[in-house]
Amino acid sequence: MISFHEIRKAYGDRRVLEGVSLDVAPGRVTALVGPNGSGKTTLMKILLGLARADAGEVKVNGTPLDATGSYRNAIGYMPQAAAFPEHLKVRELVELVSALRAGAARDTDLVESFGLGSEWERPVGKLSGGTRQKVNAAIAFLFRPSILIMDEPTAGLDPVAAGVLRTRVRRERDDGRLVIVTSHVLSELEDLADDVAFLCDGLLRFTGSMGQLLSQTETSRMEDAIVTLMRASANGTAARATPGMAAAQ
Amino acid sequence: MSTTSTVLDSGIRELARNRWMLAYATGFFVLTESLFWFQGTGPQVLLSLLNVLLLVIPLVSLVFGAMYIYSSREFIELLLAQPIARRDLFLGHFMGLALPLAGAFAVGAGLPFALHAGAGAGFGGVAVLLSAGIGLSVACAAIAVAIALYSDDRLRGVGMAIGAWLLLTVLYDAGLLAIAVSFDAWPLEKPMIALMMANPVDIARGLVLTQLDAPAMMGYTGALFRRSFGSALGTVIAATALAIWIAAPFAIAGRRFRRRDF
Amino acid sequence: MMQAPVRSAVLLAALAVARPGAATEIVVAPGSAVPTLAAALARAKPGDRIVVQAGRYAEPTITVSVPRLVIEGRGWPEFTGSGNHTVLIVAADSVTVRGLALTGSGFAATDDRAGLLVRDARDCVIEQNRVYENAFGIYLSRSVGCLVRDNQVEATRGNEFTTGNAIHLWYSPATRVVRNHVRGHRDGIYFEFSASSAAEENEVIAVTRYGLHFMYSDSCRYENNTFTGNGAGVTVMYSHHVVIRGNRFTDAVGPAAYGLLLKEIIDGEVSGNDFTGNTVGVSLDGAMRLDIRGNAFTRNGFAVRVSGSAGDNRFTGNRFAGNAFDVVTSAKFSTSTFDRNWWDNYRGYDLDRDGIGDVPFRPVRLFGLVIEQHPPALLLLRSPLVGILDTVERVMPVLTPNTLVDEHPLMHPPRE
Repeated sequence: MISFHEIRKAYGDRRVLEGVSLDVAPGRVTALVGPNGSGKTTLMKILLGLARADAGEVKVNGTPLDATGSYRNAIGYMPQAAAFPEHLKVRELVELVSALRAGAARDTDLVESFGLGSEWERPVGKLSGGTRQKVNAAIAFLFRPSILIMDEPTAGLDPVAAGVLRTRVRRERDDGRLVIVTSHVLSELEDLADDVAFLCDGLLRFTGSMGQLLSQTETSRMEDAIVTLMRASANGTAARATPGMAAAQ
Repeated sequence: MSTTSTVLDSGIRELARNRWMLAYATGFFVLTESLFWFQGTGPQVLLSLLNVLLLVIPLVSLVFGAMYIYSSREFIELLLAQPIARRDLFLGHFMGLALPLAGAFAVGAGLPFALHAGAGAGFGGVAVLLSAGIGLSVACAAIAVAIALYSDDRLRGVGMAIGAWLLLTVLYDAGLLAIAVSFDAWPLEKPMIALMMANPVDIARGLVLTQLDAPAMMGYTGALFRRSFGSALGTVIAATALAIWIAAPFAIAGRRFRRRDF
Repeated sequence: MMQAPVRSAVLLAALAVARPGAATEIVVAPGSAVPTLAAALARAKPGDRIVVQAGRYAEPTITVSVPRLVIEGRGWPEFTGSGNHTVLIVAADSVTVRGLALTGSGFAATDDRAGLLVRDARDCVIEQNRVYENAFGIYLSRSVGCLVRDNQVEATRGNEFTTGNAIHLWYSPATRVVRNHVRGHRDGIYFEFSASSAAEENEVIAVTRYGLHFMYSDSCRYENNTFTGNGAGVTVMYSHHVVIRGNRFTDAVGPAAYGLLLKEIIDGEVSGNDFTGNTVGVSLDGAMRLDIRGNAFTRNGFAVRVSGSAGDNRFTGNRFAGNAFDVVTSAKFSTSTFDRNWWDNYRGYDLDRDGIGDVPFRPVRLFGLVIEQHPPALLLLRSPLVGILDTVERVMPVLTPNTLVDEHPLMHPPRE
């Protein structure tokens, strides 16, 4: 369980998050959606400790974030850009992250599913964008994290690999893990997400299950639902299915 | 392995295979080797090398250093999402830049002296030149990291690095020259030596001069200078000043790294 | 005019009387019938030979006043002045002093004490002696035509104020000083009012002041000597027609140290010398019409310094390498000229392959001018800024004297 409480964040004059409260439940895939600059990435960075909130509190499994970062033992992160040092070999990269997580269990299923074994000794800079994204995903899943945070996970992946990844995400969810995904490809999220949190202009405009999203917006596709929500937020009316997603279950 | 040494290890692996870095080391090797070829004697080679390194080490350490920090930013974000402390990550990241920079110079410039057994350059002269170059590399790398961490705009950051290079290598000395020419009725040696201690490039130059230009540096001005840079106490003071030029930007950059948002 | 032959005749008669053995040999040895050199001298006749056996002799000042004596030590008998007087005085012509150890004159501010003083004498030979820890070592005063050869002269305990000079000539023309080894003392070799003399193949090391110091001594020659590590290097002054050839001037370092300071030296030759590792290699101060050629200037702070009052000196065929500054001058206009020298800083080319660079070389750097007028600027030596300034000045010479140009820089170093 992750709970954000009244998170505020501004970069200079630009207010990115203006009091966001959100509970994310385990055993579900939560889609974090919103237009560019809506604060999705900032919210995730605050959770990861990459950025600090100006106000508000984040709790992971009931414990507030601490400076040592040990709570991140539970988190697997797949950043949007798989920008690794180009001369490191895949093996060295995996070893590097493993060394930073000494003692953690290792799960190389995804390495095998993606067929990364043959790329093991190649420098990252020589890999194709898609292969690099596979490495990126493999590293996020490497330590059996109970929380997975994935920023545009399928960008650059071929359809087969994207399918492998989606299957894997579902399996994690079924094992009771907490998954947060952002993507521009809403059709993909529709297939994957159980819950939706819609951020716009620094405010949560919708939180609820996928079914609630569709029924409340009277649409049949997520894309149409989001468009409806954006129109609504432009008119200043926040849509909120229920007070929180946990209650939505 | 600790976080710091793990990150340092990957930084060294990365830069040891970086072609700019290889070109940098090879450049110093070819330059030094050809200086031996054309000039023959070790002391002459050291002097010519000094002229080059005072310009090139700050340029490469500042500009390449800033660009390296910018280019590794996303990777640092990935590492920051691991369960490690920022302090350790920063130390490893900084050393992973500074040590290859210093090492490329030391190996590139030092190897020819080893191959030629010094060729008449005393061990002290070679050691001081290499140490000064290493110190200057690390100091300029620290300044570069501080610049890159304070300026999010890459273009502006690289511009600032180039500006810092001009300031340290040329403009600062232009100021010293202006003082020497304008206030020549005053006893200027001591204040000027103090001002030299406030610029890492001048410190490196001063340390090497006492070894290589001993005859010229024995005039009246030089006597004070030698006491300031050449004596045991003076060497310690100059080395300390250079160490401050490493520690201060490192501390500033480290503070920024620990506190900033990525 | 008749006097000299008559005297010679008398001497010949005396020699004849002294036969057999042509000259008597008197042996001095401790505890013998002749236990002191003074006792031997008391009975010696001109032309006699006195052999001094090894031992220590502490006598009052010994004065040789018999001409043509040969005084020869065996195993370096040691004569000491006991710290309070000159050890040995030669005050007769054609005396030879050989193989003695002379020491302990002590120092006094009121008189010039020496290990060996030659006074008002002609044609004496001072050779193979060991002269050490005296105020003055070998002092020639108003003597003519002497030879000082193969002596070791050392005094390393005193300072500039409690030692005199090692080999000191005062109004002693036509003297030859050859192959002596000098260490310590104030000045190594000192000539004053001693024209037509020569110093050759001497080695002067680590004296507190000048390795060689002469003044008012015209037409002297200084050849193949070595002066190294001396406190203030070598200074020569107020003399005409001197020849300074084939010497080594090295490691004279300090605020007022010169490999060779030529002060008002006129019409002379400085050739084939080696100037290495000095703060200033050669300084021309009021020097005129000197022919300075074929010298090597290596790793000096300032290879050549030309003052405003120096003029008409010609630098040719010299080799400049590894100097922080090749030529510095405070003169706006100089009448000294440089031609056909080799400069390691020369970056020109030689399209017609005649061995002479096609572009003139300007040995005076802008920075050299700056530090002549603003000495603290020396602290910027080898700053990249200075490199830029010098390059600009080289491309567009504005401030450096137009006359100080080598129009024919050599492409290859001349043979030494």
